[in-house]
Amino acid sequence: MSPQPLVIAGTALPLIAALAALAIPDYWVTLLTYAGMSAVLCIGLVMMTGYGGITSFGQAAFAGIAAYATAILTTGLALSPWLGLLTGLALAVASAFVIGWITVRLSGHYLVLGTFAWGISLFYAFANVEGLGGYNGIGGVPGLFGGSRLLFNALVWAFVAVALLGAVRVLDSRIGRAIRAAPSKAMAESFGVDTATAKLTVFVLAAALAGAAGWLQAHYLRIVNPGPFHLNASVEYLFMTIIGGVGSLLGAIVGATAVTVAKSWLQTSVPALLGSGFNLEGVVFGLLVLGLLQAAPRGMTALLPASFALRPRGSRRSETRLPPRAKPAATQSVLALRSVSKHFSGAQALDRVSLDLNAGEILALVGPNGAGKSTLFNAITGLSPASNGTVALLGEDVTRLPARAIARRGLARTFQHAHLRPEMTVIENVSLGAHTRTAQGVAAALLGRDRPEESRIFGEARGCLAELGVAEFANARTGTLSLGSQRLVEVARAVACDPIALLLDEPAAGLRAEEKQHLANAIVAMRDRGIAILVVEHDLDFVANVADRVVVLDFGTVIAQGTPDEIVRDPRVIAAYLGQAEVSGDVARALHH
Amino acid sequence: MNVTIALLLAQDGLSNGVIYALLAISILLVFLITRVLLVPQGEFVVLAALTMVQLQKGAGPSVIWLLLALAVTAASMSSLRAWRTGEWRRLPAVLAFTLGAVLFGAAASATPLLTTAGAAPHFALTTMATLVLVAPLGPLLYWSAFEGIARASILTLLFAAVAVHYVLQGSMLPLFGPEGFQAEALISGRVDVGFTRVSLQLLLLCAIFVATVGALWMFIGRTIAGKILRATAVNARGARIVGIRPETSGAIAFGLASLIGAVSGVLIAPLTTLYYDSGFLLALKGFVGAVTGGLASFPLAAAGSLLIGVLEAMFSFQFSALKDSLVFAALLPILLILSTRQLSDRDTEAEE
Repeated sequence: MSPQPLVIAGTALPLIAALAALAIPDYWVTLLTYAGMSAVLCIGLVMMTGYGGITSFGQAAFAGIAAYATAILTTGLALSPWLGLLTGLALAVASAFVIGWITVRLSGHYLVLGTFAWGISLFYAFANVEGLGGYNGIGGVPGLFGGSRLLFNALVWAFVAVALLGAVRVLDSRIGRAIRAAPSKAMAESFGVDTATAKLTVFVLAAALAGAAGWLQAHYLRIVNPGPFHLNASVEYLFMTIIGGVGSLLGAIVGATAVTVAKSWLQTSVPALLGSGFNLEGVVFGLLVLGLLQAAPRGMTALLPASFALRPRGSRRSETRLPPRAKPAATQSVLALRSVSKHFSGAQALDRVSLDLNAGEILALVGPNGAGKSTLFNAITGLSPASNGTVALLGEDVTRLPARAIARRGLARTFQHAHLRPEMTVIENVSLGAHTRTAQGVAAALLGRDRPEESRIFGEARGCLAELGVAEFANARTGTLSLGSQRLVEVARAVACDPIALLLDEPAAGLRAEEKQHLANAIVAMRDRGIAILVVEHDLDFVANVADRVVVLDFGTVIAQGTPDEIVRDPRVIAAYLGQAEVSGDVARALHH
Repeated sequence: MNVTIALLLAQDGLSNGVIYALLAISILLVFLITRVLLVPQGEFVVLAALTMVQLQKGAGPSVIWLLLALAVTAASMSSLRAWRTGEWRRLPAVLAFTLGAVLFGAAASATPLLTTAGAAPHFALTTMATLVLVAPLGPLLYWSAFEGIARASILTLLFAAVAVHYVLQGSMLPLFGPEGFQAEALISGRVDVGFTRVSLQLLLLCAIFVATVGALWMFIGRTIAGKILRATAVNARGARIVGIRPETSGAIAFGLASLIGAVSGVLIAPLTTLYYDSGFLLALKGFVGAVTGGLASFPLAAAGSLLIGVLEAMFSFQFSALKDSLVFAALLPILLILSTRQLSDRDTEAEE
């Protein structure tokens, strides 16, 4: 295992910060401590916003929950601050479960507004609920280590190190890849990821880190009042991560430090500079952020070499693979559609489509654009269930099951337009295919107990990439690949499911001849392993080359089926493609070649 | 709470709701065209309201300094962009608008001189001056802060909007001071309609609201500029291909937003006491209204905003301390319903 720069930096930075405190003036130690406390929260924010695609304007509220919890326990009940830490974390996590359960189900802008809503609501609750001391808050919270600033600073940075290393472990794990795939909901669900749970997981983890930051603040400031948990504070944390780079864990530390130092400098210098009694730091701060967004939209850490980005530790060479799924006997019916119809507010996209797909066969689905092929795929995979009719997988009715449940039963697909996460490496994208075949969770990832399974996952993924002839790209960022290679990676990901039924949506579109050959070989090899394959394709040469049977769809109905040879001679098919009733044999031959 | 009080509260709520509806419509308009969630919309409203009060008192409007600063920034940022991209064609129009905004703004700032000492300035004069001073801020803001990042993610644009909000709000403190402002009522008294007495103020608000929405509708439906906006909203890339610049649409959308914001400011000024920092909560409520319309439907956004106004009035009567807490907490279930409804077919389709 090659140590990654990110992990080294994550260990070294906090160590340096803790040691540096011995040599620098008190003023700087204070700033360092503040920066560290913010960094703990911001690491959670990067996990959630940068990787999980959830923007939160309410993180400070979770810090507040933990801060108030420890304040009440340590002042009113005179209990140990460490008990306060446990209670605070537990409360932050519990409220994150409740709030998150609702919030992560919101999509897009609703979600952002939802975080605004509870961020503000909790702030007013802190200020108005009896027993929390109103706007004055709760004073007399005990300090730690007998008030030693150096030890406290070291503790804060120990938290930063633990948070960062924990974040790396979680993001580079089976659940982490699910979290990172969750923003692409249709794709993630199609590979068995419960996106709501994945998002809730990262939401709760981020809240736990916010809670830890809140606990530290409470015992550092020794007073807890609503002010630091206002929406403005949440916005400031978000600014820290943007300035540092929202897609980078190191960015959380860099951003928190930069903003803390800049803010302190502004607070002391700006009034002096302008000679005004007014607090203009907000203006200068906003201008700085605006300038940065124009000049370096990906934040300060975008200037770091790419080696500081999160890289999977599983990229070591592992040959072991995951145990294969039990396959149905050859020629057994795998997928059976009976009178499947689908209409979108009046428009009939599919009209009583019935077809059977058997184990060990390649069935091609062809038809002109708009014939309903992709709609049929979405109905089979559960992304957009059929309005009427039934879809059965191995005899089980799956018509109304969600996509992820169907995926778990052994159905895999590719998309017409490649749905890959561009910022993940190729091998990570392919590993997602093995999601339903593996089981390790967050706790195992945090404890490093998921490594044996991880190496099998990556062995599997590498094997699938090799099968499609794209193994050389394994460690490349997926977004840098050509469109053709991305399509092959999509197929490799579906293969990594070790599916019993595989649905390929125009896999050959945009491929070069050599790539097509690789694809055809892989598809045939999979059929020979007993996988049932349904392929939508416009390239009739390719279809004739690989398909055992062809079904033709036009205007949402099956107009013909048979062997490839029969189909290209069928006048109805030719009419559907060329839009006329009488077609000479010449055209049919031309279509064939 | 009996029926009489409830009806009076509902009227109060509707008055605020009309303002929220105008905010929601502007926020929605800007979002659909530029993908910016315009947090500073609240600042436009407050700037207009505070300017109105200053002019009514016969004082010089402080907003002119903001206008000048934004004009300088917009002109220099646009020139910089033109120089860096070699694309000079739009620059003259931008500079002409900026210069015009400054000249008209200066003229509007001089309106207190027109009124003889001691006499109250004419309402129409102060209103016109307010609109002239505040309405150009939108395009200037767009050129200053948003055009350069027009193609960034919605998230980046949101951050920029929040940063702009901080800058504006921070500059308003030295410009207007920390004290609250309330304008003189345009009209007072109530008219008996049988079961309750409706305030004339509310009727006036509703009339202006209808006129504003009607004018906006005409503008979007009937003018070339409106067609440009619609084309960009439907498909920005498609619009670009047929020669419509999203930058032009963006500036127009921001202009409409600041104009409607200025109108809202004039309307809200007599209703309530406003402070330099009142804009944020106003914008949030407009934002909530826009979201109840699914960030897509103007009529639903307006209806949602009215509902928020009424809810808020009821909450503030029953539990005044927790008023804002409750308004926003009540939002979560609404969002959830909207969100689950949306998740069925449209979401998966949209993502394909």
